[in-house]
Amino acid sequence: MSSTAGAAAAPAIEAHGLTKRFGDVLALDRLDLAVPAGSVFGFLGPNGAGKTTTLRILAGLGHASAGTAVVAGVGVGRGGTELAGRIGYLDQDPRFYGWMTGRELLAFVGRAYGLAGSALRSRVDEVLETVGLVEAAGRRIGGYSGGMRQRLGVGQALLPRPAVLFLDEPVSALDPEGRRDVLELVGSLGGEATVFMSTHILTDVERICDRVAILDHGRLVTEAPIGELLARHARPILEIDPEPGQADAVARLAAALRATTWTREVREEHGVLRVVVTDAEQAAAEGLLVVVAAGVRLARFERVRPTLEDVFLQLVGTEAPGPEVGA
Amino acid sequence: MTGFGLLLRKEIREQVRTARLPVVVVVFAVFGLISPVFARYVREIVEALGGGQFQGMIPEPTVADAVAQFTKNMGQFGVLIAILVTMGSVATEKERGTAAFLLTKPITRGAFVGAKVLAIGSLLAIATAVAGTLCWIYTAILFEPLPAAHFAAAVALVWLSLAVVAALTFLASVTTRSALVAGGVAFGAFLVAGILSALPAIGAYMPTSLWGAADQLALGTVPDPLLGPIVANVLFVAAAIGLAWWSFRRQEI
Repeated sequence: MSSTAGAAAAPAIEAHGLTKRFGDVLALDRLDLAVPAGSVFGFLGPNGAGKTTTLRILAGLGHASAGTAVVAGVGVGRGGTELAGRIGYLDQDPRFYGWMTGRELLAFVGRAYGLAGSALRSRVDEVLETVGLVEAAGRRIGGYSGGMRQRLGVGQALLPRPAVLFLDEPVSALDPEGRRDVLELVGSLGGEATVFMSTHILTDVERICDRVAILDHGRLVTEAPIGELLARHARPILEIDPEPGQADAVARLAAALRATTWTREVREEHGVLRVVVTDAEQAAAEGLLVVVAAGVRLARFERVRPTLEDVFLQLVGTEAPGPEVGA
Repeated sequence: MTGFGLLLRKEIREQVRTARLPVVVVVFAVFGLISPVFARYVREIVEALGGGQFQGMIPEPTVADAVAQFTKNMGQFGVLIAILVTMGSVATEKERGTAAFLLTKPITRGAFVGAKVLAIGSLLAIATAVAGTLCWIYTAILFEPLPAAHFAAAVALVWLSLAVVAALTFLASVTTRSALVAGGVAFGAFLVAGILSALPAIGAYMPTSLWGAADQLALGTVPDPLLGPIVANVLFVAAAIGLAWWSFRRQEI
């Protein structure tokens, strides 16, 4: 078993020029990354950006076409078991042996890391408690739901107390309660282990990660602490919440807003117009006038703090969660 | 080979829990048992079914028929079962993602391959031994006792032929991501070996030729050649497993 104690100031994960080609497809393009030890690191990107490819290379499952990486002080791709002995890994769609029980699987993992006897039993009990599977521990995994499998996946990754924990979409199959519990658990690991987590759910990243990297088409777009990223990239946002039943007027308003010189983008999210502005002063001065001119009755007009999602959409420019109004 | 013991225990438990071990042993046992029974009573059965039409046409069965029936059954159903139990051994683990789960633990790829090879080889060995024992007992009851040591050697040859088929299937399972494709490739390779066994220069060295040698051995005759085909088939097994290990070490999981 590895311990993170004394992990010094050296990055827990370092990648230099990491490149991966699948035939003609460049899945990962000269990725340089340094993840500080003890951080909870969010690895973001749209579908096909190269997140899973990166995780698999760093976990020793895939081979880089070029470049080098070091995880927990171990060179990736050297073979042997040293790397695996220092990491925990959770796949995007975790699958285990359906004939084993949850307890048996965790015991199997513990034995692989050299645990035995009462130390193994108590660690398995502890992990079952942590991931909320005590009652299902004696049941065959083949009968587990997707959420239970994901909890078990988190458990098996945590069990050896790894120095670095790789989590690929760790809460994608969980219900809201399970998601909250697992996120709290992952967030609490900061300082104890280095967590490298890929996800699509940006609010989750905002909730528990202290640093993020955004990947797009295999290239690193940016990497920074979340606060710094928001300060550096986020543009002011106006939220305009019209009274219901004014579809035509709201469409007119969206068109009018788009025609102004201070508007960069207008999106509708659940009936609320979200306006990304380029000039906050001008928007404050003229925004309400545009609303009045469009004849829209307002429930709320507010300047809001930009979120990580706003930064993500700005940098990656894809997968807007809401449709463009009047586009 | 870090993790070999752990993985071997897992493989054996899997064979028991998924009922693979008991099912394969029972199926082999049935073929071991019915081979001498069928050889002994086939004449009566055919004559009864033919309503006297075939009276006197089928010769009196001998102990050689019982042995030939056994090796024939093993060469057909045994081969099919060897392919079935091996074709998904690695391909399915890769396809389902359980290989990725295992290989992010302190377990070497050599241990992963080695544990599977030993587990499959042992499964086939146990099943073949049970089938051979039942065949020997029923042959003794229905015909005459065969020389035990020679019969055991014949059963070992049958096992070796199945091991070659399993090793080829294992190689196919390692190099593909689909159990069905692996099974198809292995079956094709087996057919090719069957065709090659008809060639005079190399025929005797093919796994399918081991059954003829096993027939002779079981009846107390030492076939010629014997050592050459045994060495050749052991080398087939070693080469297939070596290639599988070499390929698996370099694979993306």
